[in-house]
Amino acid sequence: MKARIYVTLKEGVLDPQGQAIEGALAALGFAGIGSVRQGKVFDIELEETGEPAAERLQSMCETLLANTVIEDYRIEMG
Amino acid sequence: MHAAIIQFPGTNREADMSAALRLATGRDPRLVWHGETSLPAGIDLIILPGGFSYGDYLRAGAIAAHSPVMREVARRAEAGVLVLGVCNGFQALCEAGLLPGALMRNASLRFVCREVKLEVAATDTPFTRLYRRGEVIRCPVAHADGNYFADAATLDALEGEGRVVFRYAEGTNPNGSQRDIAGICNVRRNVLGMMPHPEDFTEEAHGCLDGLRLFKGLADELSEKAA
Repeated sequence: MKARIYVTLKEGVLDPQGQAIEGALAALGFAGIGSVRQGKVFDIELEETGEPAAERLQSMCETLLANTVIEDYRIEMG
Repeated sequence: MHAAIIQFPGTNREADMSAALRLATGRDPRLVWHGETSLPAGIDLIILPGGFSYGDYLRAGAIAAHSPVMREVARRAEAGVLVLGVCNGFQALCEAGLLPGALMRNASLRFVCREVKLEVAATDTPFTRLYRRGEVIRCPVAHADGNYFADAATLDALEGEGRVVFRYAEGTNPNGSQRDIAGICNVRRNVLGMMPHPEDFTEEAHGCLDGLRLFKGLADELSEKAA
């Protein structure tokens, strides 16, 4: 089973890297950008499937992949 | 004082920390590798020094926070042993949940390596007992991820409980930290995390001795405890 996990900064948490990228895009002439937020993607292959896999992935996110003080995560199972 | 300094792959400030402890106490600390699952008996101070543990992969301090020795560090902290995390050590303590909040990328997106002014905001800790409350000291910082973040309720609690131990003073906040927070302690006040490096200002040759009192205060505290 393959899963993709998206980790993004929580709303309201300042993202200076996203802002710098936004500035760079604007400088390159890409007009009309509302905002840019930077995040991370993890592709994980698991032996388990179904509910046990979902539980394990959530546990991975809570334990290590995301710092839930500042980040949200979203799990997509393939 | 029987101090242990934890070393992770990528830790690089353990020698400076050892030198500061030696100056303050006349004793050499034990160096403990991150893969250990226990700490020597009788350790009364655990230090997580600065560096770039695991190359700052994932998030600064995130992987160190889950290394085997950290379970034992958490157990000892629970038992009341003093724990000091400086720079990468502070990041690891937050990631391990021993201190609240998180250290994010500096607002400037730059690595900052310079001297700042620190207000000693709390002196009722074993780490700051030799300072005067409100005193402003000099201290160097060297980090890319020192931007302290916590939600408003956590920040209010930290301030309300007098757990903000050091603040960047006189407009020297180098990283965008909320409420100018440079160092905080836990509720029990035996775990301190701070971004600045007090070990860098402990010898005449450093040009400033403002950091030495932190280590001398720890030495006093622990010798009183042992007596």
